[in-house]
Amino acid sequence: MSLFLHRLRQTARMMVGMPDYDIYLRHMQEHHPDRTPMDRIAFFRERQEARYGGKNGGKCC
Amino acid sequence: MAASDEQAIRKRVMTRHIPWIIIAIVGAVALAVVAVSRGEAVNALWIVVAAVSSFLVAYRYYALYIARHVMRLDPSRPTPAIRRADGLDYVATDRVVLFGHHFAAIAGAGPLVGPVLAAQMGYLPGTLWIIAGVVLAGAVQDFMVLFISMRRDGKSLGELIRMEMGQVAGAIALFGAFMIMVIILAVLALIVVKALAESPWGMFTVAATVPLAMLMGVYTRWIRPGRIGEVSLLGLVGLLAAIVYGQSVAQSPVWGPIFTFTPVQLCWILIGYGAVASVLPVWLLLAPRDYLSTFLKIGAIAALAIGIVIMAPPLKMHAVTQFVNGNGPVWSGGLFPFLFITIACGAVSGFHALIASGTTPKLIANEAHAPMIGYGAMLMEAFVAIMALVGASILDPGIYFTMNSPAAVIGKDAASAAAAVTAMGFPIAPDLILQTAKDVGEHSIISRAGGAPTLAVAMAEIFSHVVGGPAMKAFWYHFAILFEALFILTAVDAGTRAGRFMLQDLIALALPGFKEGRSMAPGIIATALTVAAWGFFLYQGVTDPLGGVNTLWPVFGISNQMLAALALMLGTAVLFRMKRDRFAWVTMIPTAWLLICTLWAGFLKLFSADAKVGFLTHAARFSAAASAGEVLAPAKSMAEMNAIIFNDRVDAGLVAIFLFVVLAILGFTIRTCLAARRVAAPTAREIPVQLVPAE
Repeated sequence: MSLFLHRLRQTARMMVGMPDYDIYLRHMQEHHPDRTPMDRIAFFRERQEARYGGKNGGKCC
Repeated sequence: MAASDEQAIRKRVMTRHIPWIIIAIVGAVALAVVAVSRGEAVNALWIVVAAVSSFLVAYRYYALYIARHVMRLDPSRPTPAIRRADGLDYVATDRVVLFGHHFAAIAGAGPLVGPVLAAQMGYLPGTLWIIAGVVLAGAVQDFMVLFISMRRDGKSLGELIRMEMGQVAGAIALFGAFMIMVIILAVLALIVVKALAESPWGMFTVAATVPLAMLMGVYTRWIRPGRIGEVSLLGLVGLLAAIVYGQSVAQSPVWGPIFTFTPVQLCWILIGYGAVASVLPVWLLLAPRDYLSTFLKIGAIAALAIGIVIMAPPLKMHAVTQFVNGNGPVWSGGLFPFLFITIACGAVSGFHALIASGTTPKLIANEAHAPMIGYGAMLMEAFVAIMALVGASILDPGIYFTMNSPAAVIGKDAASAAAAVTAMGFPIAPDLILQTAKDVGEHSIISRAGGAPTLAVAMAEIFSHVVGGPAMKAFWYHFAILFEALFILTAVDAGTRAGRFMLQDLIALALPGFKEGRSMAPGIIATALTVAAWGFFLYQGVTDPLGGVNTLWPVFGISNQMLAALALMLGTAVLFRMKRDRFAWVTMIPTAWLLICTLWAGFLKLFSADAKVGFLTHAARFSAAASAGEVLAPAKSMAEMNAIIFNDRVDAGLVAIFLFVVLAILGFTIRTCLAARRVAAPTAREIPVQLVPAE
């Protein structure tokens, strides 16, 4: 059940272009342990700008 | 022993197909019921069953065939999300989660509006086109573009065309995409104008979303950063409150008139809104409203599906109306080719090529997921289109034609509308028109073309059947209007931003300094030009005495199908370059059909001798009258005459541009395919697996 809810939450967030912060964190730890990863808020803001800045071609009709 | 093993395997292979054979039979029976029954009302569920079974069978067999034999997807080949993983843009995503992401990006107002407009020819032509179109063309296009982009680091459609067909082809495609964006924005904005004009209740609720979204923006920025779910729930409460209070606002003698606007006023409000909203920081208005509109959209689509199944309404629209011959009041032109461009999204939508080469290919975790994402999500959108068609067809046809015919044809009051619509062969009493308007809490439902209001009436009918009864109709009607207006306004905002960058890229081809620099000027100029471009067509549509939708929707359809043809031509070129010529029919057949439809429709729009269809004939008739000093209806002055002539010529020029783009890309495709055939080895420029970049 909790896995289902987790998936649902992930799907809902991905629908508005927000990827998982934990996955990002894991990626940074595994591949770039030397760099400081963005914190949760910076990550959120960075992704928001990336999705809505207009360089993604906008939305469909 | 070996023989019996073999037999067992063969038996297992056979039994595997049995459920699918049953589904196919069910679908065929349902389709037969829809197609052949005449005289008595067909239940809407037959259409739903026919569509769903066709989609399931197509997904199980055709999508799999394309995946295995045409593309030869390789589950062991790393996708961009694996090779370039960065936790941000490139993230290997669970396929169900990604399906949601992709579907939310492709499904918008298009699949809801086109089928409603197409219902003027009856429900049968639209149903058949949606089912056949999505299986053979629309879903193939999405899947193919996703495949091509997935093998090339998730590059965009423009870049893909440049890589596979050359610089010039890429620039032409980019230009075409920009023009399509302009037309889409104008059409979407026009739908909002049609829905909100003279409707203080609707206007208040939609206007309330602006401060509401800004509050949400502040909340996610500073109060509880990143809490999307939380802020969306708060926003939803605000939205429902806005709908409820909208009724009191509309009835108030003070506030009612303040929120009552004429179409022309609304047009200027929207243009101003587009210009301002697209330069605000994204977190303030665009992002929070996108959260609301996305979740509301998914929720409303799910609710509509459940509602249709529970209500199981009979279809009141005729299977085929007399308007297949081309004299329909909603839009002009005959079944061929105009039905096939009126229903674009839902059957085949070129715009999806931009999405399938956008974020999705960067998120896909395994090539084996591509059929579900590329082909499956498009089938889902076709299902949405089928529901919209069902919605329009369960309404009394008299109501449908009252709502969708221009005032120039049916007049402005209930008596004249009832008389005109009855004369068309769809008997309706003036009382029913007035009663329907009263039920949904509006002053009038006459000539509210554009699809959204019609669908809102249908949704009110379905939802109130399930929840709340007739007393809730007005609430549900405004809920439906709000839900459509909300995501259209989000699209206008996001589209203006995207159009700005496209235009900057285009101008930078000639003036290299025009891209992102230290100066703000290029961005502001490009934004202003984009808003001016769609604003021009919006204004033209709003002031068009035939209602605007009549003129603009076919141009939009032509442009969208043209982009689809472009994407499918890219697919064909890539298959030739991969030396898979013998499978290229998969993309060539839909390409040929789309080329026939768009070129013929474009040709008719330019040169048809019928002034209702051909822009140039219309312009010639008005300019002959103008030079003789006459004023032709619906123009009321010489200035209006000149405006009509000017608009006709601009529209004709636009169609000519679209024809040029599609023919040019056709030329490049043929050249590319011929060149590929002369070489023995594959020449497609896939990005090789071993090239793993640093990130």
